Amino acid sequence: MDRAFAAGVAALAMLVPLTLVAIAVLILIDSWPSLTTFGLAYFATTAWDPVKLVFGAAAYVYGTIVTTAVAVILATPVAVGAAIYLTEFAPRPLRAPIALVIEILAYIPSIIYGLWGIFALVPAMRDVVEPALQATAGRVPVVGQLFSGTPGGLDLFTGGVVLAIMILPILTAVTREVLLAVPPTQREAMIGLGATRWEAVTRAVLPYARPGIVGAAVLGVGRAFGETMAVTMVVGNSSRDIGGSLFVPGYTMASAIANQFVEADTELYFSAIVEVALVLLIVALLVNSVARLLIRRTVADRPAGAVV
Amino acid sequence: MTVAVRSMALAVVPARHRVAPRRRIAERLAVGLLALATLAAVALLVIILSYVVARGLPAIDLAFFTQRPRPFGEVGGGVQPAIVGTVALAAISGAIAIPIGIAAAIFVVEYRTGRYAAPVRFAAELIAGLPSIVIGVFVWALLVRGLIGSFAGLAGAVALAVIMVPIVARTVEEVLRLVPMSLREAALALGAPKWKVILRVVLPTARAGVVTAAVLALARSAGETAPLLLTALGNEFFSLDLLRPIDALPLRIYRYAISPYDDWHTKAWGASLVLVVVIGLIAALLRVVARQRVR
Repeated sequence: MDRAFAAGVAALAMLVPLTLVAIAVLILIDSWPSLTTFGLAYFATTAWDPVKLVFGAAAYVYGTIVTTAVAVILATPVAVGAAIYLTEFAPRPLRAPIALVIEILAYIPSIIYGLWGIFALVPAMRDVVEPALQATAGRVPVVGQLFSGTPGGLDLFTGGVVLAIMILPILTAVTREVLLAVPPTQREAMIGLGATRWEAVTRAVLPYARPGIVGAAVLGVGRAFGETMAVTMVVGNSSRDIGGSLFVPGYTMASAIANQFVEADTELYFSAIVEVALVLLIVALLVNSVARLLIRRTVADRPAGAVV
Repeated sequence: MTVAVRSMALAVVPARHRVAPRRRIAERLAVGLLALATLAAVALLVIILSYVVARGLPAIDLAFFTQRPRPFGEVGGGVQPAIVGTVALAAISGAIAIPIGIAAAIFVVEYRTGRYAAPVRFAAELIAGLPSIVIGVFVWALLVRGLIGSFAGLAGAVALAVIMVPIVARTVEEVLRLVPMSLREAALALGAPKWKVILRVVLPTARAGVVTAAVLALARSAGETAPLLLTALGNEFFSLDLLRPIDALPLRIYRYAISPYDDWHTKAWGASLVLVVVIGLIAALLRVVARQRVR
């Protein structure tokens, strides 16, 4: 009986690694025609022509990198700020409730961010935020390039903003966990030497927590680059050019799959789409391993972001 | 000499008077900015939820829950197939994922000396980090093209199950680790075989946590859209045939949101409101259960 039970548990449990292997193998098999036909040129060209059967995913990779970068750059300061406030300065009775409220953001489904994005965020970006950015930051040489063109709302920048909102809760939760794991003696020693609370935070707490915070940001990258629905709904899905501006409609890897997977009617077209999934898979495995290593350095053996 | 005098002077001055004004202002400014960041995060939640409620409420009436979607141009109808579909998908994916997740956790915690415990845990973590669209592509290849041969509700449920298993496994694992070793030892000392110890002592002790894990996974998967797009596909008609396409709330929201019709936009908000309320209720249940976790 004992043996039978152990074998049953083991059999069910082994389904987990088996699934992971099956995911990798099936996706690799389906992307094989594209892999062998295009090789590395797949990443070097933006040609995506189902008629001539030439496929290059450079524009999708570009769109993914740009939206993810915008998301992490916008979300990290807010998340780290909120996490510092909630662990060091907020009135004690408010700390846990506010942290919970921010965590609730993580439970809102991607599709609802997308819906809100289409009908609330896109008009606001088109009419208010993007023209304002153009009038200010757009005048700065070099950087101004990013804000050139006609603000349309449905573009890479809006995609990045939606992503920033979506990764905010996990960034905040993980940073908060990391800050809570900083030994109180770090703060006490600084304050004992006459430092203010803020000085103690910047000089004793943050340096100690730095690997963990970087880990949180990497985890944010992991969440953002594969996010599908919300981005697909606001990113434009039209242009395949790699330009200098954030105010152009673009495509991300995930939105390319969502939009074209069911349409792909030839073997090579289909295979090229699956190769996009293969790239997402590989990057996800890498990014998550790195993030977990970094966070474990500060927070001892607790699964990172177990809450979210 | 001067050093001694200075340190004596410091000793009698209360701490708050010692900070130079410049440093005090810097502190105030910094704390203000931090509070602002926190406020921004909270405000986002309030804004998004009030949009969903304000725009969604006008869509809600009895027909919204009891009727099926009307064709292009016709006003009225409801999202009943999507609501039924979401419940069906949750039930089936839960039935698949919860036993597997619990077994994986038992395997990792209770049989941790085994050679395969660590790989199971690691694999669960990696699957948890995969973009859900990738899981959709996998299930499409395995079931939609392979075993079933068409878009199907069952394929959608399997895709959701793949997403849920790591959540269940990791949460249950944490709870099992909280069960005191002395409980296991006591039961073993009384002569109970290991399987009985696990089923009769460890799991009942961790019951609240196990329920939490299951509910958490359901809340997570209820809003998933991308994998369903490639598996369950969506269906305007009521269907409980698991081998045919089935509708779900997130799919219905997507189709309506990207349509050009105002009435459909309103219905998308209405469906979002229903989805948010369902997830909110699940989350509330979660907190009630979590309160009575393992002592």
